[in-house]
Amino acid sequence: MMRALARLVIAFFRFWYDFIVGDCRQIAAGVLVVLVAGALLSRFALVPPAVLAPLFGLGLAAVLVVSLISEVGRGGAGRS
Amino acid sequence: MIHIDAATAGLVVAVFVASIVECVEAFTIVLAMGMTRSWKAALVGTGAALVALSVLVAAAGVGLRGAISQSFLQFLIGSLLLVFGLQWLRKAILRATGLKSVHDEAGIFDKEREIAAKAPDTRRFGLDWFAFVVSLKGVFLEGVEVIFIVITFGLNASAREPRAMLYASLAAVAAFALVALAGIVVHRPLARVPENSLKFGVALLLCTFGTWWAAEGLGFFSPSGHSAEWPGGDLTLLAVLGAWALLAWSAVLVLRRLASPTKAGFAGAGSPK
Repeated sequence: MMRALARLVIAFFRFWYDFIVGDCRQIAAGVLVVLVAGALLSRFALVPPAVLAPLFGLGLAAVLVVSLISEVGRGGAGRS
Repeated sequence: MIHIDAATAGLVVAVFVASIVECVEAFTIVLAMGMTRSWKAALVGTGAALVALSVLVAAAGVGLRGAISQSFLQFLIGSLLLVFGLQWLRKAILRATGLKSVHDEAGIFDKEREIAAKAPDTRRFGLDWFAFVVSLKGVFLEGVEVIFIVITFGLNASAREPRAMLYASLAAVAAFALVALAGIVVHRPLARVPENSLKFGVALLLCTFGTWWAAEGLGFFSPSGHSAEWPGGDLTLLAVLGAWALLAWSAVLVLRRLASPTKAGFAGAGSPK
């Protein structure tokens, strides 16, 4: 009974992990880093409010660019 | 007369187009199961998935609505949209440059039919179990993506437009009805739907709204706890969309040059071939 429950819980979290993180962990990790950095900048008011949002956007753009560069470095994505 | 602002109109378009893409993918699976195995099992599986999705919508919508502050909701929803949107955009760019093969509904349909033909003929509750399970899983998985977009867009926009959730839901239902109708008429995979181009567009919208809301939600962590504001107000939303489009377009151009000569002449973004 407990084993079946544990299996169900693991399957539940695996489903949502696969659904949200998907096949590119680099993007998820990059977004997480930018979100944490943005939250810290906001918490301690390290940049003016008018600069925070554009800076946040630039960070996200950097995540995409880095992900693409590393994909090209690996010689292309899985062709699926 | 119904007045819809630019942000809400963008929301409706994004939900409609995203739902079209997901419905086409689900339709391909159900069609393959119906034509190869059993229409009854495929349709019962589809119905069961739709019931499960309705329960999920009700639970998530009610649970999220009153439980957390507006700024944290923006942060949470924006973050999820970003993870989704950036992955979609990355794939769309790679497909447009030939570094990843384009999505091909006809090919997927053939593959599904081949698998279905080889699967064992197990019957449970009077249904072809393989067709039932595959249809249920296919519709549920694609449907979760639709309701995720409906709920995230609808809930977030409802702070400005109280009927945003209704509009988002109607856009998704309209997309479902359109795909179902087209599927019934043509009775084969909807391979002519420019899925790759649509995915490119949806990815840009997901990234735009994700950036917008997550940045506003950063205000949750500020001493005041209120949503942050973009300089220039709502009009900046168009600038954010333009910036993502420019970045994606530039990336396609640069990656095409970097790609091998055989891939360099690849057809435009979203080309089905």
